Amino acid sequence: MSLLAVLEPGGSAATALYIVAFSLFILGVRQGTHPTTAKRGNMIAAVGMAVAVVTTLLLDGIGNWGLIALGLGIGTAVGVIASIRVQMTEMPQMVALYNGVGGGAVALIAWSELRHGISGIDSGEIASIPLEELIPTLFAAVVGSVSFWGSNIAFAKLQDLIPTKPLSVPGQQVINAVLLIGILAACVDIAVNNGDPSQAIFIAILLAAALLGNLVVLPIGGADMPVVISLLNAFTGLSAAAAGFALHNVALIVAGTLVGSSGTILTMEMATAMNRSVGNVLFAGFGGAPAGGAAGSTEERPHVSIGAQDAAIKLAYADTVVIVPGYGLAVAQAQHAIKEVADELESRGVTVNYAIHPVAGRMPGHMNVLLAEADVPYEQLKEMEEINPEMPRTDVAVIVGANDVTNPAAKNDPDSPIAGMPIIEVSEAQQVIVIKRSLSPGFAGIDNDLFYEANTSMLFDDAKKAAADIAAEIQNL
Amino acid sequence: MSVMTEVTIFVLAAFVGFEVISKVPTTLHTPLMSQTNAIHGIVMLGGLIVVGYANDPLEYVIGTIAIAFGAINIVGGFMVTDRMLGMFSKKPKPKADADGKVGK
Repeated sequence: MSLLAVLEPGGSAATALYIVAFSLFILGVRQGTHPTTAKRGNMIAAVGMAVAVVTTLLLDGIGNWGLIALGLGIGTAVGVIASIRVQMTEMPQMVALYNGVGGGAVALIAWSELRHGISGIDSGEIASIPLEELIPTLFAAVVGSVSFWGSNIAFAKLQDLIPTKPLSVPGQQVINAVLLIGILAACVDIAVNNGDPSQAIFIAILLAAALLGNLVVLPIGGADMPVVISLLNAFTGLSAAAAGFALHNVALIVAGTLVGSSGTILTMEMATAMNRSVGNVLFAGFGGAPAGGAAGSTEERPHVSIGAQDAAIKLAYADTVVIVPGYGLAVAQAQHAIKEVADELESRGVTVNYAIHPVAGRMPGHMNVLLAEADVPYEQLKEMEEINPEMPRTDVAVIVGANDVTNPAAKNDPDSPIAGMPIIEVSEAQQVIVIKRSLSPGFAGIDNDLFYEANTSMLFDDAKKAAADIAAEIQNL
Repeated sequence: MSVMTEVTIFVLAAFVGFEVISKVPTTLHTPLMSQTNAIHGIVMLGGLIVVGYANDPLEYVIGTIAIAFGAINIVGGFMVTDRMLGMFSKKPKPKADADGKVGK
């Protein structure tokens, strides 16, 4: 049937090539530990993928080339166009979307695996689907479907297609629990009545999992997106590994596990950086809860307000400046303007560094990408642990579009909702300039004491405009 | 391959994954995520196998969609990661006027 059919499915040659493929994946990720080698690492992983795909196409008996070409053609075209056109600020929704299609692919493959099993029973080849295939198939179907729909909702929220604020229906937790129990019960039913030719229950499982994916992600606020995206990443990885068990394919098992590990590590790091548990993020709806008390009780507290010229003078005559970017910088697309300020300062001999909080931006490491896009050398991007000891020796800390991650209440006030959250300790710096539109609270919905400290000056403006003004003023000095 | 062999591979891969990935610095977490996303596109192999051996219309449809999804994952993931990492690997321009910057 096929011209290329040379490798025996499940045979030594095919397995050996799959081993080569996953070794290249691991090697590729390992090269990703340093900015200078990461690009090469990505190429190595891509070569691994090519090996895996070609190996599969060479399997004996593979046919339907027209459909394979169609699927590959559509997917490649969409992938190429999307990856060229995407803005760096849109990277979180891009990753969410890729996650979604990956999960969707797994769910579809699981469905087809089940159909294969059933047709095997019908034709009398096997008496029942072996449990070691059925269980991973069901797992892949459920997790794949949850992450497909969950990722799509995350995408829609990040793309502002639906409101980013937490949306929840009454009795949400109960509905989720009922859905989950129902899914588990249906899975057990399929396993017990093994060989039931109807796929109705399986389709019901896919639909219930889809609903669950929607309901879990809808109530989560925009600020918690780094955790959600990481978690969905972990889920799709595990679902791919499960599909590997069902298909007896080592490349899928290892690659899926690698992705699962990565997503799990990132999820834990993000949760730690927010000082919250993953369960709390998923089920508490933090972003919306404290709105009641905080909003009403804000009496005007004394603060110092300055203009771009004053800010320029403070910065230009400093020796060391630390810029603390937050999500507001990304929203205002101010990364290039901030880089201009930094360039002006550096040309005057000022040392400029950037302090990056782990959850700055909307996905892990997002802020670093935005600043790299603006040509900020990565040596100047300092992690929180690295920059905090430097703070007392810093002349001016400039906060652009960040709020909660600089709030000293996290350190000083044990009763604060964000108590214990690791922060960038800007209040240790000699002077602080906060560029912000207003004194309004951040995602956590609490007042930031930093704004009212004696060494803090507020510059009320849009981040991009303020940065451009400051750069111009420094030039005029 | 027996199921226990597969479980062994899974467990060892999990340890390797944790070991390797925990060494990736925060700076590179976004590219890491899009790269692992691309690697996740390996599920396309499942789609290829489904379509390659399929002989009924529903499987043609399911499998072709799975291949398209997987290909988006693979091609888009690797390309966008390459784009991002290109920004990081740009050499910082030499600072001719950087006198007086050290020893503070």
